[in-house]
Amino acid sequence: MLRLEARQRTPAWLNLTLPLVAIVVTLILCSGLIVLAGAGVADAYGVMFKASLGDSYAITETLVRAAPMIFTGLAVTLAFRAKFWNIGAEGQLLAGAMASCFVGAIPMPGPLAMLLMAIAGAAAGAAVALIPALLRVRLKVDDVVSSLLLNSVVFYILMALIEGPWKDPFSGYPISPPIEDSAGLPVLIEGTRLHLGVLVAVLAAPLVWLLISRTVLGFRIRVTGENPEAARYGGIDVQRVIVIAALLSGALAGLAGVGEVGGVHFQVMSDISPGYGYSGIVIAMLARLNPLGVVPVAIFLAAVMTGAEAMSRATGVPAFLSDVIQGTALLAMLVALLFTAYRIRRSA
Amino acid sequence: MSAVLEQVFQVGFLAAIIRIATPLAFATLGEMFSERAGVLNLGIEGIMLLAAMAGFTGAYFSGSLWVGVLAAVAAGALMGALHALFTVVLGLSQHVCGIGVTLFSSGLAYFLYRLIFGQQSVPPSIKGFQPVPIPILSDIPVLGPAVFNQFTLVYMAILAIPLAAFILYRTPWGLSVRMVGENPRAADSAGVSVMATRFQAVVLGGALMGLAGSFLVMAQFNAFTFGVVSGRGWVAIALVVFGRWDPWRSAGAALLFAFVDALQLRLQAAGLGHIPYEAFLMLPFVLTIVAMAFMSRNAVAPSALLKPFRREER
Repeated sequence: MLRLEARQRTPAWLNLTLPLVAIVVTLILCSGLIVLAGAGVADAYGVMFKASLGDSYAITETLVRAAPMIFTGLAVTLAFRAKFWNIGAEGQLLAGAMASCFVGAIPMPGPLAMLLMAIAGAAAGAAVALIPALLRVRLKVDDVVSSLLLNSVVFYILMALIEGPWKDPFSGYPISPPIEDSAGLPVLIEGTRLHLGVLVAVLAAPLVWLLISRTVLGFRIRVTGENPEAARYGGIDVQRVIVIAALLSGALAGLAGVGEVGGVHFQVMSDISPGYGYSGIVIAMLARLNPLGVVPVAIFLAAVMTGAEAMSRATGVPAFLSDVIQGTALLAMLVALLFTAYRIRRSA
Repeated sequence: MSAVLEQVFQVGFLAAIIRIATPLAFATLGEMFSERAGVLNLGIEGIMLLAAMAGFTGAYFSGSLWVGVLAAVAAGALMGALHALFTVVLGLSQHVCGIGVTLFSSGLAYFLYRLIFGQQSVPPSIKGFQPVPIPILSDIPVLGPAVFNQFTLVYMAILAIPLAAFILYRTPWGLSVRMVGENPRAADSAGVSVMATRFQAVVLGGALMGLAGSFLVMAQFNAFTFGVVSGRGWVAIALVVFGRWDPWRSAGAALLFAFVDALQLRLQAAGLGHIPYEAFLMLPFVLTIVAMAFMSRNAVAPSALLKPFRREER
């Protein structure tokens, strides 16, 4: 019989290699689907790589797609560190998008508009995350289900807006009015879509890392997540820490929406997020809840998504392979994580 | 107001409620079995989608709708087994696994559908189930044609509710399910295999979610589209909580939601939609969150929900 035996401590090399192993296993498993679709595995992955990271323009496109995923990945990381189970990054992103679109449509000087859009979007995301946090600390309501259900509530608010007051009066399309031209985030490299929000996203990662590992608040968040009893004995107001972590997490997810409105779409539509909030959970887990790991993982998943379209055109393998890769990667990583806490032993 | 009342008491309206409620009832009962055994299954949204895809494909190529239903149930049970493998056998965190199962199965559903049917301007469709009137009962005024002139799957859903209640409250297996959901340690001491019971409950739940998916493609839309489930799985998660983890109340909650949804469709069609229809659609989610706030004090959720069980760890 094989059985799992608890480890006393996790060897450092495992922490680094596990995500890589999970990704390799995922790509091997998903190559079965490529074969099923009648294409060559090396061919399909090759096109995928070339179209997403093969030249400088492709890299900028991948980075543009990675930006919202970095934000949602950081949002989930921060929340999960405090063991606040925020499954609601998707709704918080949508709230951030709506709020920033509302502000961005008001005529005002560009830099001021961008700043106010970011503040409004972050505040809206934080407000949505505050609901499950307060329900949990005040009324002991399970945060997993409440934060998940809020995604649908926010989605229907968005639909009501774009099919109601925001609907385009001329075309009748369910899309919001565009933001002011001056409110659009500046493009960093001429001829690409690489906008200021991408840079902010990449810089946010070390900031969140600093917050978690080098500040008093970060220490409180870590202790609350790892051992709430000890935190309480140590004089930490655990409930307060959970609420603060939720607010910061929601604000980060809200910023993902701000970047999509200010830098990519310049308006709000029903499919503004193809599930970036849920991708955030995949990214946070693959990054082992380390903010610095969020950036490379988000870029990897963004590359898969960007490359999948080109792969589909070139080889006929449906682009939905990228969705399967995301799901498989999360499940593979969860299994891999078992080996950090346990090792397999043969029992008599 | 009289226009509203007129709409409510039409045969067509009652029949619409029953049809909207049927997939929700299957999905809600499935999620309930899983959660009563202590396993939250957030994979429901993706499981329903994959089952719908499998059911449609099965029916399309075999020409038999029941082969399709069987394929959907098998796909649902298989994905239930996958979720159980991760959460019950390996004891991994249920909410993260559930999201993983949803991402994986919906991705797989889209991928396989596109692979099998290609990109067509008009999505392929099948001739779905036809209503089967029940003799005598279908002659009852109003209620008869609405309830007893329905698809076989509707009758199955109506029978599934008392059956689920009977299994959960009156059979030894149902007792085991409730025990492993409330106090797995005690169940283990009493000689109940926590792992086996939980595994079975999650697989049964997946099979019921599969039935829900099959209804969508074989009785409601008669085609598979990418939006065929569109949040119905999340609605079921809400209804289980709203129905306090009880088969009767959960099914009642499904009926209530179906009523609101059907009313919303009618009001829109009659040009009476002063309130945006989204307000009705978000109602089950808002009500459930409010209900959770009030319920939490008397703790009706299965105590061991979300808690993995490892026998050797005491």
